[in-house]
Amino acid sequence: MKYSALALLKGALGANRNWPRQWRAAVPKPAYDAIIVGGGGHGLATAYYLAREHGLTNVAVVEKGWIGGGNVGRNTTIVRSNYLLPENSRFYELGMKLWEGLSKDLNYNVMFSQRGVLNLAHTPSQLDGFARRGNAMRLEGIDAELLDRDAVGDFVPHLDMSPAARFPIVGGLLQPRGGTARHDAVAWGYARAADALGVDIIENAPVTGFLREGERIVGVVTPRGEIRAAKVGLAVAGSTSEVMRLAGVEDLPIESHVLQAFVSEPLKPIIHTVVTFGAGHLYISQSDKGGLVFGGDIDGYNSYAQRGGLAVVRDVASLAVTMFPNLKRVRVLRNWGGIMDMSMDGSPIITKGPLPGLYLNAGWCYGGFKATPASGFCFAHTIARDEPHPENAAFTLDRFERGLVLDERGAGPVPQHH
Amino acid sequence: MTGYRLATGGSGIDRTRRLGFTFAGRPYGGLAGDTLASALIANGVGVVGRSFKYHRPRGVTAAGPEEAGALVSLGEGGRHEPNAKAPMVPLVEGLVADGQNAWPSLGFDVGAINGLAGPLISAGFYYKTFIGGPRGTWTRLFEPVIRRAAGMGRAATTPDPDRYETMNATCDVLVIGAGPAGLMAATAALAAGARVILADERERPGGALLHDLSEVDGVPAPDFAAATAARLTDGGAVVLPRTTVYGHYDGRFGAVERVVDHPGDPHGLPRQRHWQIRARHVVLATGAIERPIVFPGNDRPGVMLADAARAYANRYGVAVGRRVAVFAAHDGAYRTVRDLAAAGIDVAAVVDARPAVPAAAASLAEAAGARLFAGHHVGATRGRKGLAGLTVAGADGGSIAVDALLVSGGYTPTLHLASQAGARPQWDDALAAFRPGPLPEGWTAAGAVTGRYATTDALETGAAAGEAAAAALGRTVAPLARPALAAADDAALTATAPAAPFHVAGKKAFVDLEHDVTSADIALAHDEGFQAVEHLKRYTTLGMATDQGKTSNVNGLAIMAEHLGAPIPTVGTTRFRPPYTPVALGALAGAETGAHVRPTRLTPMHDWHATHGAVFVATGAWLRPRAYLRPGEGVREAYIREAATVRTGVGIVDVSSLGKIEVAGPDAATLLDRVYANGFAKLPVGRARYGVMLREDGVVFDDGTTWRLGETRFLMTTTTANAAAVLSHLEVLLATAWPDLRVHVTSTTEQWAGMAVAGPLARTTLAATVAGIDFANEAFPFMAVREGAIGEVPVIVARLSFSGELAYEVYCGAHHGAAVWERIMAAGAVHEIAPYGVEALGTLRIEKGHVSGPELDGRTTLYDLGLERMASAKKAFVGSVLMRRPALRDPARKRFVGLVSLDGKPIRSGAHLVGPSGRSEGHVTSTTHSPALAGAEIALALLSGGPDRIGEELLATDPVRGNAVPVRVADPLFFDKDGSRMHV
Amino acid sequence: MLIPCPHCGPRESDEFTYIGDAERTPPALDAPEAVWTRYVFARRNPMGRHREYWQHTGCRAVLAVTRNTLTHEVEGCEIVGPHAATAAGAGE
Repeated sequence: MKYSALALLKGALGANRNWPRQWRAAVPKPAYDAIIVGGGGHGLATAYYLAREHGLTNVAVVEKGWIGGGNVGRNTTIVRSNYLLPENSRFYELGMKLWEGLSKDLNYNVMFSQRGVLNLAHTPSQLDGFARRGNAMRLEGIDAELLDRDAVGDFVPHLDMSPAARFPIVGGLLQPRGGTARHDAVAWGYARAADALGVDIIENAPVTGFLREGERIVGVVTPRGEIRAAKVGLAVAGSTSEVMRLAGVEDLPIESHVLQAFVSEPLKPIIHTVVTFGAGHLYISQSDKGGLVFGGDIDGYNSYAQRGGLAVVRDVASLAVTMFPNLKRVRVLRNWGGIMDMSMDGSPIITKGPLPGLYLNAGWCYGGFKATPASGFCFAHTIARDEPHPENAAFTLDRFERGLVLDERGAGPVPQHH
Repeated sequence: MTGYRLATGGSGIDRTRRLGFTFAGRPYGGLAGDTLASALIANGVGVVGRSFKYHRPRGVTAAGPEEAGALVSLGEGGRHEPNAKAPMVPLVEGLVADGQNAWPSLGFDVGAINGLAGPLISAGFYYKTFIGGPRGTWTRLFEPVIRRAAGMGRAATTPDPDRYETMNATCDVLVIGAGPAGLMAATAALAAGARVILADERERPGGALLHDLSEVDGVPAPDFAAATAARLTDGGAVVLPRTTVYGHYDGRFGAVERVVDHPGDPHGLPRQRHWQIRARHVVLATGAIERPIVFPGNDRPGVMLADAARAYANRYGVAVGRRVAVFAAHDGAYRTVRDLAAAGIDVAAVVDARPAVPAAAASLAEAAGARLFAGHHVGATRGRKGLAGLTVAGADGGSIAVDALLVSGGYTPTLHLASQAGARPQWDDALAAFRPGPLPEGWTAAGAVTGRYATTDALETGAAAGEAAAAALGRTVAPLARPALAAADDAALTATAPAAPFHVAGKKAFVDLEHDVTSADIALAHDEGFQAVEHLKRYTTLGMATDQGKTSNVNGLAIMAEHLGAPIPTVGTTRFRPPYTPVALGALAGAETGAHVRPTRLTPMHDWHATHGAVFVATGAWLRPRAYLRPGEGVREAYIREAATVRTGVGIVDVSSLGKIEVAGPDAATLLDRVYANGFAKLPVGRARYGVMLREDGVVFDDGTTWRLGETRFLMTTTTANAAAVLSHLEVLLATAWPDLRVHVTSTTEQWAGMAVAGPLARTTLAATVAGIDFANEAFPFMAVREGAIGEVPVIVARLSFSGELAYEVYCGAHHGAAVWERIMAAGAVHEIAPYGVEALGTLRIEKGHVSGPELDGRTTLYDLGLERMASAKKAFVGSVLMRRPALRDPARKRFVGLVSLDGKPIRSGAHLVGPSGRSEGHVTSTTHSPALAGAEIALALLSGGPDRIGEELLATDPVRGNAVPVRVADPLFFDKDGSRMHV
Repeated sequence: MLIPCPHCGPRESDEFTYIGDAERTPPALDAPEAVWTRYVFARRNPMGRHREYWQHTGCRAVLAVTRNTLTHEVEGCEIVGPHAATAAGAGE
């Protein structure tokens, strides 16, 4: 069924009891051409692009719980491609272009809202650093604007623009095409579109082991039975190390860390863009429902707990009201955590291997949500063609030992610093 | 709803103290002890706000934090507060409140047209439309309409002038909730000698006792609560009313105390206080929240939770209506029938879903003169902006005119904190409710949260929990005498369990009043496959509003379970996230905002700088002078002048912020040899050496000079930005990799003031004021370190040069810094010594091609920076193995070069270097106007191929600032290539 | 999380800096490249019991903490390095 205003009208006339399931509750088949482990945004997008771009429709997505229950439903919904390193900016810009057509592609309104992403600078040298990044983007054909102090004040009302502030705002880097999207809709939209192309979405099926023929991975074991596949792709974010262990891979350049996110009570529109504070880490925007959505740094220790500590909660609040002193009486409605697959250089891994028959998509750090379309697109390419797409060619697993890291922040091989 | 103030009654109000307030611009009167909700009802105000989606009228539905209808805005200007729940707002004189989400007014709201389009804008409708159109249609056309319609209250647009503070506390027993169970738990624990904190979210301790008409220990229940709380305080317990324990974070509780939550407090108290509490034992006595019933038209103002109506009558002396009906599914609701009748309110009917109503309950209906409809439902309601009547569905049904309908489907234990702490809620068929799962170690639950709703049970389980907590802590416990309760029917009415959750089918049956989620939306979610609890919530937004589903979650699950034909727990259980009720950002932030959001570190000479024209720039936590402006100067003019002064005369710069680490012990030199790329073992005493250290991955980490003050004692300096990181790096290596090394490292950054005196006249300047040092070139050669004194102040002087000039760094005890600085200024006055800031410091080092922060960006290696010759081949050091990997020595890497502007225009930091291809081949790291090079505009850069391209012409393009400057690639060592100036 | 610093007693984890995985052994400075790359870049990253280094910001002690990464429960804490002996009362 195609969604449209007319469909809504028909639905309303039928008392809304004529809507079909958005995706089938698939029963696992004995074998598929490809299995994607992980029914999050990346896994579902990968299945969709496998079917749409590569004609591979005999595909299953196996998910341990309910689809979209991981980081795609636990993030601050920011979409941007304002990266410094060309390997990253090209990849995220491929994603940006996919985002721009995504609602139409999926016939599902993912509410991609290009309201801009603005990074605030607090010292002249920080602004020079932003200029470097903005220039890098412009030379890659990506939109970027360097705003001076007055332009920042005009663009974002209510910021503390005092020159005497602890971290006075001297300017900022704006990516006008950046913005936000409705996170759950991304998962559901990909699921529905993939399902329509024949992909089986199998929920409540945690992978408990892998089927092997010698070194080669030939399928997965789940409580819903063994499922064979010529190719198995992993897109399990914070669970990467644990799932890879089931395949016998003990060590990876990844640590799992908790990142907290927050939403306030719904307010009438007050913040019209995405703003990030440059002295200490804070990013904030306002959802279409009116809640301020914001987050900060990871808690900074290995964790699989999907909840964080009070110190980060308070620090994030401190930065938020330092930035916007008018928000002190606004209340936090919910606070949750997601498990980030922090890589050793802050950049992702999308690669064939490390075992025959296995494909790995991991290391997303903070960048996972915005990467969803590009990640799925490139991972599908890598799985279908057995070679990377040009935009993920640098995201290898061996780049660490070879010295070809993509260290966007220059923080070194310390996951909690990325 | 046509509420009014009863002539008598109201244990919590003071009828002699009248308070004035305004609501929606109109003045009203209330009484001390009222909440905004009780005062509004007493004034007959029925419509208090509008709902989120359909903009339907909403009134007061509850008497606690579960309120889903009466959301209001409070205060004005920077004190404007959106989304307050009227039952949780204590009435104060002059309170200004307003309804929300209505335009132009609460009575007539244009947005209510959404209601007509109800079926069109069912759950998730927005995912199915607004898809087409050219790019940007959604963002520009549809989204703004949705954004304006959504949201609830408005945030303030000016800064909040009030103060917030933070408190840390520990105790033996934290009792959460000061109802009958909590009061007894605290009393028992205190009696056993435990340190007790008792926190409760309401204005005063007592919980359900505050609206209970029975007597406890021979006094009215509210008086018993007050006396018990007073005894606790007298006994040394910390009793915190108005304090919501909102979250549990790895064993630590977050709580917010509303200290003075109204403007104009004369005592300078904070508005709110954030508590962080650690307790050895926790008593969860959080009570239960009444569960409404979902039926058609259940959202009309006038439909209210039954126990709330009882609270309004008993505690506030307010009748919620003139003629009321009760719709119930359990005996407990008959307490409302009894108490309202006793207050003189006409209880017209009791509609009980159960075919057989126990005698204890039925007799109360009869005594109240109410007609009892056993085995019936409320099938519909009517009324325009408020309730006018209802239809009883069933065999004997009919239409009844009432202006209030009081509903009770059962209770939901308030188990949020237990769930946050990992106790998964468990469905209990007998209770028809979720109760806390196995509690974490050190937790006990008492009272209604356990599913035992009688006051006698609460008193008993509370006392037992307090005793158990004290015993678990090793205290000797003498059993507490249990208070006697004189109200037999209370226990009888809570003995039978409520019916399982159910709903009455039909249109406009609201599950979530605040988000306008109806039973039809849940059916839709079911049809479309959003059946797991998290899918249900996310798709319909059920339970995601400011009440966080306190009254809607279980009903929503029950309706989904019915569609699935499966028991409730198979749909799932909600895992509660903090906070239990919403918490103000200001409270979480405390005092750590604005100027205090991060510490600010000032050097000992800061005040001098500030009074001599310095403009400051943040460098890490430090504020450093950027330049010293003279009249008419901007930063550019000032730094050019300052740099020229150093090249021609003498200048002085504050370097106190550099990190200083004392490295001492027999193996000090060995440590330095291992962490620095270059060697230190052979450095003579009294000498300094520049060193570079790498990360383990072979990338440059930090640089600085290290001075050998004695055979086993060194002073290491680091960059300002990396001082803490370098110290930790050394400490961790010593602890984990080389525990055998006999060496201590200690940060001494704060102990020293440091200043560099640089320029051809530096020697004469210092020689005139420093005693005990021979400044002659041979006696005090380059890179030597000497000890002397300025006046009475001992100083260490090192002959180092970052500027390339004859230069010395002078260090003294931090508290002498300002005096020593002024002595040197005085000594240099004859030479017109001038202070210089970090901009001129930058000019001087750029002219000399020294790397600094912009070049040490965490990605560059010694090879990239042209410093590979520094790496000792004779020894291994941190990073030595990985720095030699082939990819890190690829000549095509971005490597360090100088640039000269070919058209005389400034080169900008952050510009990229492009050749004919137009692709970025590198970027500009640092730039300056160079007075020493006849005003040339020069820069440092990292360029692919680097030194191999010297002489090449490129464009330094800066599209984000609209510049492009032709440049020639040059040797980064621009000035005084043989270094003779610093050796004179 | 409370970390029981052997010097200072139990303190909130806010007072500590997380250093990282302590399940690895630092190689000799001149160990082969493959040993170093593995040490620097490879992590076991377990769900469950994890040995890790934290540094107490106050007393500067480097601590080996055994902690559950799923429950955040701290199971053990010991001082590592040269100060371990002094903390145990062995003296110098």
